[in-house]
Amino acid sequence: MSSGGGGAAPVLSVRDIAVDYAGPRTVHAVRGVSFDLGRSEVLGIAGESGCGKSTLAYAIARLLRPPARMTAGSVVFHDTDGTAIDVTALSGEALRTFRWRRVAMVFQGAMNALNPVLSVRAQLGDVLRAHLPDLTRREREDRCRELLDLVGIEARWMSGYPHELSGGMRQRVMIAMAMALRPDVVILDEPTTALDVVVQREILEEIDRLRSVFGFAVIFITHDLSLLLEISDRLIIMYGGLIVEQGRATEIQAGAHHPYTLGMLGSIPTLRGDRRVLHGIPGTPPDLADPPSGCPFTPRCRYAFGACGAAVPPLLDVGTLTACAQYDPALRPDGPDDALGSASASVPAGSAADSPVEPAS
Amino acid sequence: MRYLRRKLVFYLIAVWAAVTLNFLIPKLMKGNPVDAILAKTQNMTPMSADARHALEVQFGVTHDPIWKQYLQYLGNLAHGRLGLSVSYYPAPVSKVIEQSLPWTVALVGTATILAVLIGVGLGMLAGWRRGTWPDALIPSTTFLAAIPYFWLALVLLYLFGGLLHWLPLNSGYDVDTTAIGFNGPFIGSALYHGILPALSIVVASIAGWMLGMRNMMVSTMAEDYVVTAEAKGLRPARVMLQYAARNAVLPSVAGFAISLGFVVSGSIATEIVFSYPGVGTTLVAAVSNADYPLMQGLFLVIALSVLGANFIVDLLYAVIDPRTRQAA
Repeated sequence: MSSGGGGAAPVLSVRDIAVDYAGPRTVHAVRGVSFDLGRSEVLGIAGESGCGKSTLAYAIARLLRPPARMTAGSVVFHDTDGTAIDVTALSGEALRTFRWRRVAMVFQGAMNALNPVLSVRAQLGDVLRAHLPDLTRREREDRCRELLDLVGIEARWMSGYPHELSGGMRQRVMIAMAMALRPDVVILDEPTTALDVVVQREILEEIDRLRSVFGFAVIFITHDLSLLLEISDRLIIMYGGLIVEQGRATEIQAGAHHPYTLGMLGSIPTLRGDRRVLHGIPGTPPDLADPPSGCPFTPRCRYAFGACGAAVPPLLDVGTLTACAQYDPALRPDGPDDALGSASASVPAGSAADSPVEPAS
Repeated sequence: MRYLRRKLVFYLIAVWAAVTLNFLIPKLMKGNPVDAILAKTQNMTPMSADARHALEVQFGVTHDPIWKQYLQYLGNLAHGRLGLSVSYYPAPVSKVIEQSLPWTVALVGTATILAVLIGVGLGMLAGWRRGTWPDALIPSTTFLAAIPYFWLALVLLYLFGGLLHWLPLNSGYDVDTTAIGFNGPFIGSALYHGILPALSIVVASIAGWMLGMRNMMVSTMAEDYVVTAEAKGLRPARVMLQYAARNAVLPSVAGFAISLGFVVSGSIATEIVFSYPGVGTTLVAAVSNADYPLMQGLFLVIALSVLGANFIVDLLYAVIDPRTRQAA
């Protein structure tokens, strides 16, 4: 997977998004996240559970429900003809018609994203009926058949119910559904987590094939960094509701900078190359109801020093965009800690490209 | 179709079991209808053997072997012969039931269906938009449900019938001015007399339906397929009805099957408080008069209607939940 890139002609501009979960202790799940998604680009968002990546996706798709609330930020969608739509300001009918046509979503639970009491036909047809009310019954039927054909599911399954399909088939139906209106952006929220590796591979290849045909941009959210290194153009690493590192997948693979990213890369096993000891990251994720004032990774970071706890470090361009005080020339005129510098340079080459099958593109 | 056949076989066996138990249980009790009617007439003089035999023939008391009696019972049942009522002597039991059953089915049936529709409907809205007005209704409906039913019914009767004189105090229709039949005045009168008892049933039972549906709705709303439906840009009404409520209502349908069973046995308390001429009143009369043939007939009708109602709901369940079609 490689095409396009961030910056040039973004299809989605996300600025300073912050999301709170209200409660006795308000949890600040996302704390000011900004990025651009280029047309046809594959953007991976990685991070451990609770880092705010799914919440971010829901905020972009305007699917947050109380107690979650977007407290700041904006999402702007840029159409091919140049018009910009402020997604955060949409409501009612305008929001309804924007959804799925512009930004479609494939959810985490392959098992639960389909309504158990409606047939596949009814659930595919629902999308068409809601957005293209002028289609006749016949045309709708034909479109549904084409969509299923697109993901390699026989038309006879149209009358089937979700419980009759396997997990992989259900996720294919969901992907077919996401394709129904030829969206500009598809958000994939852990689309393969509940599937075994073989099916996972098939689904990824399916998505990649469809992307090369239709040219939609993808936001791919997962905790599986090795997977993202392989399939995405650009990567965002989130920790504690913040972006800690952002850059092209090749750059991050060749030389990540943030200690957290390095920690994640260090925990991926390889198939080839030298035998090496895998390291986990000690400690637990921060309590986002009471986030630390500085870098959220400080308590778990072995390179932490005095300035880390003082303020959230900005994203600095050090090859990749990295939010780490170690690289701040004002704080460390002599450059980062030697150990960190050499760790960054010696990320095991090809740690992720060892995946068993190369994608179709 | 296979589902239907299996269900049908199951219910046929259940019907046979109900019919057989209905035959056996009275046989296990001491005494017989003739003894009961003799005790009732308080006949001081000993009865001649011939007269007693005449009564025995009339009430079907024989000294045949039990299997022969069982076959006779089945034969009689097939022809709708349930024997003679003691308390309504000499009216046949089938006639007594025929007169009381429609009242109960119409009153309790309508009230139950209304309570379910209103309760499930409000519960759906309350769960769909938490914190809005239907949600605010829940404490008050729960309060009404917590009041002992007979007392609630008496208060309603006192208020609307006694103090305000808006609604009649008793009976199923105006006995003095209308005659039972398919005519305007009778139907109007029956409806008018039915309002208060129906209202009492609805008020007392609505909270259960509402609360159950609301809570199922809230948990269904968190399901991925409801979020997906929203993300798909479907109209809110469709998301609510076809995605959230359609799944949330399944337990309520099962509950509905159970409560349908109580329709025919009648809300005894309702019929007593409102002096309503239904099955409940008849059953109480049968019990207090030791009218075994009538009780037997009523129990049979109740058992069969519970089975019938459950069969219908089973079929309905298969329509609304495709998963049961195979699992069963």
